[in-house]
Amino acid sequence: MNSSENQGAGARLLAWVDARFPLTKMINEHAAEYYAPKNFNFWYLFGVLSLVVLVIQLVTGIFLTMNYKPSAADAFASVEYIMRDVQWGWLIRYMHSTGASAFFVVVYLHMFRALLYGSYKPPRELLWIFGMLIYLVLMGEAFMGYLLPWGQMSYWGAQVIVSLFGAIPVIGDSLVEFIRGDFYISDITLNRFFALHVIALPLVLIFLVVAHILALHEVGSNNPDGVEIKNVKGPDGKPLDGIAFHPYYTVKDTVGLAIFLMAFAGVVFFAPEMGGYFLEHANFEPANAMKTPEHIAPVWYFTPFYAILRAVPDKLGGVLMMGGAIIMLFLLPWLDRSPVRSIRYRGWMYKLPLALFTVSFVALGYLGMQPATELYTNLARVATFFYFAFFLLLPWLSVADKTKPVPERVTYHA
Amino acid sequence: MLKRLFIVLLLSVPMVGMASSGGTSMKTADVDVSNTPSLQRGARNFMNYCSGCHSAKYVRFNRLAEDLGLTESQVLDNLMFAAERPFDTIKVAMPADDAKRWFGQTPPDLSLIARSRGTDWLYNFLLSFYEDSSKSTGMNNLVLPGASMPHVLWELQGTQRVVHRIEKDAAGNEHEVFDHFELASAGKLSAEEYDAFVLDIVNFLEYIGEPVKLKRVQLGIWVMFFLLVFFLLAYALKKEYWKDVH
Repeated sequence: MNSSENQGAGARLLAWVDARFPLTKMINEHAAEYYAPKNFNFWYLFGVLSLVVLVIQLVTGIFLTMNYKPSAADAFASVEYIMRDVQWGWLIRYMHSTGASAFFVVVYLHMFRALLYGSYKPPRELLWIFGMLIYLVLMGEAFMGYLLPWGQMSYWGAQVIVSLFGAIPVIGDSLVEFIRGDFYISDITLNRFFALHVIALPLVLIFLVVAHILALHEVGSNNPDGVEIKNVKGPDGKPLDGIAFHPYYTVKDTVGLAIFLMAFAGVVFFAPEMGGYFLEHANFEPANAMKTPEHIAPVWYFTPFYAILRAVPDKLGGVLMMGGAIIMLFLLPWLDRSPVRSIRYRGWMYKLPLALFTVSFVALGYLGMQPATELYTNLARVATFFYFAFFLLLPWLSVADKTKPVPERVTYHA
Repeated sequence: MLKRLFIVLLLSVPMVGMASSGGTSMKTADVDVSNTPSLQRGARNFMNYCSGCHSAKYVRFNRLAEDLGLTESQVLDNLMFAAERPFDTIKVAMPADDAKRWFGQTPPDLSLIARSRGTDWLYNFLLSFYEDSSKSTGMNNLVLPGASMPHVLWELQGTQRVVHRIEKDAAGNEHEVFDHFELASAGKLSAEEYDAFVLDIVNFLEYIGEPVKLKRVQLGIWVMFFLLVFFLLAYALKKEYWKDVH
């Protein structure tokens, strides 16, 4: 057979499929004929990277499930069995544990990109809401996954976080019992967290990710200039500043992927504990309900909110502030009333509060890991103030802000 | 502005890293899991002095043999006192209930002790037993005050006393603080020999904490090399495609 006959067979097969399933149509809509602005920068990598990390977590998760035992008696030992006796088990487990932290790294940077370039502003509000829901589910997924190794920090971290629901008036105590399924964190809790971690939340997560991407491809991507590329089309009806996602961004993202994988492999192979930030030292001790660790701190990606919780003297108040910190993010599209999207064309009244917000968020993350001394608690209060001030002042500052004129076309230097 | 924001973010990373290393005057345990003779000595020391009370229930003898460059019969003759089959793990013969009665608590399993406590802590713990007549074992420990573990290695180290010095705090009150140890009675080993003996044990504990560590790092170098080549190819491909974008 020569090559033209081969091609013929391939094309015929594709035609056969296309008559029964919109394969070519889907590939075109979402890749080959999806026009993305050509001026994407570094910050536009983290969406694709989140997708890569999601796949890493799903695949390694499946293999971990094959050897992990979700019972209080066997969980800790089964993790060590994976680390020592299962072929390549250590690699699968480190990829999964590193993947959990990597997920939050890329998602936080992805969200920060939206703050820089106003990607949540109309018509992308729903895209942003889907993204925030992904973030919420991700937090639940990470929290429940952290209980599974059944180490000391798994146990006591879960104990602290679940007990927060007890602050809710009237129903609090029964709600906590309902979540745990027991009077304390026990085998029953471990079993239900396992079920939620391996099937319920991943299903919701995948559904939300699909919705997020569909919404993105419906409205089109924003870009560092915040210019709507659909407004300037060529005679062929394609945006003049748009390029096909495939092959241009598939090859460009591959470069970013290579750099990301070097960082990821660097952690997996050379520093899987990441100095106790990705795998906490206390978690190498089996869960012991009789022995409270001296210092309970959640993993780094929860610590900004943990710091806000501890900054408030009242437990219910702390829980409300913590919830409020997340709700603020949800409301962002409606709090920001600026006529421009990108930080490039905004004035100091957005730049300065955003800088303060960023510093506060990082500071809260640091403070949440530290023991709650008087100095640290007061610092956390200052940082909490700036965190909320950013959102609550935005409706006025974004209108009062002196913006620069936005160009009609994107700025791009080949 | 954008770049400045990013720099602020980057600068805050080492700050977080520094916070974890609190100010302690611990000696650093210079462990090296690629030092096979040290691991072999550590395994011998561990089986002779630790395994009577402490299990290492996730550690298999045949894996030990493979990683430490020993034959199965060497392990069988020199290390396996209680275990029978090469694939058995390091268990302890002492019943847990008796252990609790004798020591106040069951001696912990040591498989992961290097990962939960850290090697510096273990090293200093084993160097810091001192005479204290108020304790039932006659010994106390500077790193873990009130430790229920007796000074198992006293025969080797001998016994030591704490020498205090007086320090004044900000309010002018005088406090006794630890200054140094002095030898009360000599043991079989010199101070340097004992240090080396303990370091071998700690090195062995580091190894059993994560038996795959050495292979992990070796494989990691190949993975990084592969990713570098992958990066260069991907970059060349990107450059080629993006020639059309103006």
